[in-house]
Amino acid sequence: MTNTTNKFKLSRRKLLTSAAAAGAGAAVFSGATPYSFVKGAYAADFRNDPSSQSFIKLGFNVPQTGPYADEGADELRAYQLAVKHLNGEGDGGMLTTMKPSSLKGNGILGKKVEYVTGDTQTKSDAARASAKRMIEKEGVTMFSGGSSSGVAIATQSLAQEMGVIFMCGLTHSNDTTGKDKRRYGFRHFFNAYMSGAALGPVLKEEMGTARRAYHLTADYTWGWTQEESIKNTTEALGWETVNTVKTPVGAGDFSQYITPVLNSGADVLILNHYGKDMINSLTQAVQFGLRDKQVNGKNFEIIVPLFSRLMAQGAGENIKGILGTTNWNWALQDAGSQAFVKSFGQEYGFPPSQAAHTCYVQTLLYANACEMAGTFYPPEVIKALEGFSFDGMGNGPTEYRAADHQCFKDVLVVRGNANPSTQFDLLEIVKEVPRAQVEYDPSIFGGELGPYEV
Amino acid sequence: MDAFVLQILNGLDKGGSYALIALGLTLIFGTLGVVNFAHGALFMLGAFCAVTLKKILTISKQVKDESITFFDAFKEVPYLEIWFGETGAAIIDYAVPLSILLAIPVMLLVGLAMERGLIRFFYKRTHAEQILVTFGLAIVLQEIVKAFFGANPVPMPPPDLLTGSADIGAAIGLGDSVIYPWWRLTYLLFAAVIIAAVFCFLQFTTFGMVVRAGMQDRETVGLLGINIERRFTIVFGIAAVVSGLAGVMYTPIVPPDYHLGMDFLVLSFVVVVVGGMGSLGGAVTAGFLLGILQSFASMNEVKEILPGIDQIIIFLVAVVILLVRPRGLMGRKGVMES
Repeated sequence: MTNTTNKFKLSRRKLLTSAAAAGAGAAVFSGATPYSFVKGAYAADFRNDPSSQSFIKLGFNVPQTGPYADEGADELRAYQLAVKHLNGEGDGGMLTTMKPSSLKGNGILGKKVEYVTGDTQTKSDAARASAKRMIEKEGVTMFSGGSSSGVAIATQSLAQEMGVIFMCGLTHSNDTTGKDKRRYGFRHFFNAYMSGAALGPVLKEEMGTARRAYHLTADYTWGWTQEESIKNTTEALGWETVNTVKTPVGAGDFSQYITPVLNSGADVLILNHYGKDMINSLTQAVQFGLRDKQVNGKNFEIIVPLFSRLMAQGAGENIKGILGTTNWNWALQDAGSQAFVKSFGQEYGFPPSQAAHTCYVQTLLYANACEMAGTFYPPEVIKALEGFSFDGMGNGPTEYRAADHQCFKDVLVVRGNANPSTQFDLLEIVKEVPRAQVEYDPSIFGGELGPYEV
Repeated sequence: MDAFVLQILNGLDKGGSYALIALGLTLIFGTLGVVNFAHGALFMLGAFCAVTLKKILTISKQVKDESITFFDAFKEVPYLEIWFGETGAAIIDYAVPLSILLAIPVMLLVGLAMERGLIRFFYKRTHAEQILVTFGLAIVLQEIVKAFFGANPVPMPPPDLLTGSADIGAAIGLGDSVIYPWWRLTYLLFAAVIIAAVFCFLQFTTFGMVVRAGMQDRETVGLLGINIERRFTIVFGIAAVVSGLAGVMYTPIVPPDYHLGMDFLVLSFVVVVVGGMGSLGGAVTAGFLLGILQSFASMNEVKEILPGIDQIIIFLVAVVILLVRPRGLMGRKGVMES
């Protein structure tokens, strides 16, 4: 019979060897040893490392159902196009215009790009569950998607917990790169603060300084921060805020929220709604005759601070003449925008939305960062993205600010086109607001990025 | 005063849809004794009758859009417009009201098929089993709709003639802020007409008299040699038509999606319970009452005192009414009490 206790008995030699090995290990990971000693060793030590396979898998988690489903469908189209271009298929799109670029059109670091998709249902819990499935079951090395800030913040936090990079799709809340920012999350899209800063001077010019505003606001993080930013902007202009009313996401019938506006004394209605909610609330506000009203001796005005062409399409005639801001518009004439619109149009028969643009750009930026870092190891990819300045992607010179992972670029103020020249010409660009006018100190929103190593 | 009138109108408008769904629900419960959780799905199917007709009317030819030079873009021009010009466009414009003609036979058939094919096997089963099977049926129906029409809401604008709003304030001598959309007023009128038609049918026709007698005492009516079961099957069909028509006319108010029925189902049951199980008058009264209360609860003055009250008012009222009058406002003795 074997004495099992002897198996675990330590000899003095064994003890000394183990202690030496542990000491060396601790020194390496505490940073006491030169970095070159472990360079490349991390490659096998992170979640969903694709080094041993011929492909890299990306996860695209978009709303395929719910009030933001239209944006989600367009995002998915853009992701598919980005994958095609990264793998060297099609005309290359923005791969040909991006500067500086390390992309070669042979996948990412020579590995073919594959992808899986998920449905966020525009709900944070469903989005997290879908993202978790992508990471744990499908083995994605990076995931991306939108179009809700609630979803973006929830999945970004999951990204940090699991050590997998999340490239945000459409998310406009200040919190995404403010109090809820994460080291593993990056946002190319602009935010509510920038919308306010860009819109302010135009509102002053077009509507004056003596207005009374009434806000209807989607009741979640994006709505709250947009309301706050726009309210700060309009009050700085001298406008009075009559009321701010929160509405549930996906309310459908907004009549009970619109009727109080009629006799509130307000002469401006600000709709902090997006997607189907915005289409419904704007359509119903127009049905209630708000745009034909005269209040306080002025024409009643409606403002939609965050606009998209898809929403304009859904709202039809109602959108004409209404002011808002957008991250990008297909009618921009720079080489990057034109290359992207051409690729997207040839593929799908219509131009891309701003949601599609940001998702396409995010996928390319991640791929480029991997090429720059020479590895898929997330901390190195993150470092490559932080502070990265680029051009040729449709928004002019752009920078991924290292302090909060927010991209800074020009912002567009747009208006619903009263006389569209084509079926897609729904938004007229009123002003391209320079980056300097929408920049802010990252500390104003608080938050901590968190560690590189998780 | 202006705000008061507006909230009354809003409440009547909401109440109209609650009352129409609850009316059908109560008809089925009062005659067949079945708790039909698939009733919301009938509302949704009605809405998709309108969507289907619109899709049929707008079957289009793809025409190259020469104004787009970046890529090949196409415009969709409906054949109706190509063939009949302005008349074709006008037919498309009136797709929603025209859908009523389609919805009546379709919903009648759906109702009859549902009753004969599934519900009748559950007459003598417990209410819990009825709830389970009808809820399951509702999920099946909505998944079928999702498979055919997708998950996104489908915009269904009202006819151009009814897109604006009526200046009610000027008409009744109030301020100019009392304005209300023409389509919502049309919906309210439509709900009133349907409710009146159902009541007249039950009150003034022989068929209605037999049905009412059957609701009171099914066995005795059967002993008189009347095939009450056949009449109750027809009532199920009528209830399906009422809900379906409510769905058709609701589409310009909120673009329908496959989940529309579920959004209304819980509210409708609360309406039926508050009105009193099996009471048609109770269902209609409670529908309008709860619609108006919900509308007043959404007023900013009320929400300042009780934040979030607009989301829970209906359930709060249901709790109070059931505590004070356990059978609901007009409930009959013995219904669901055995």
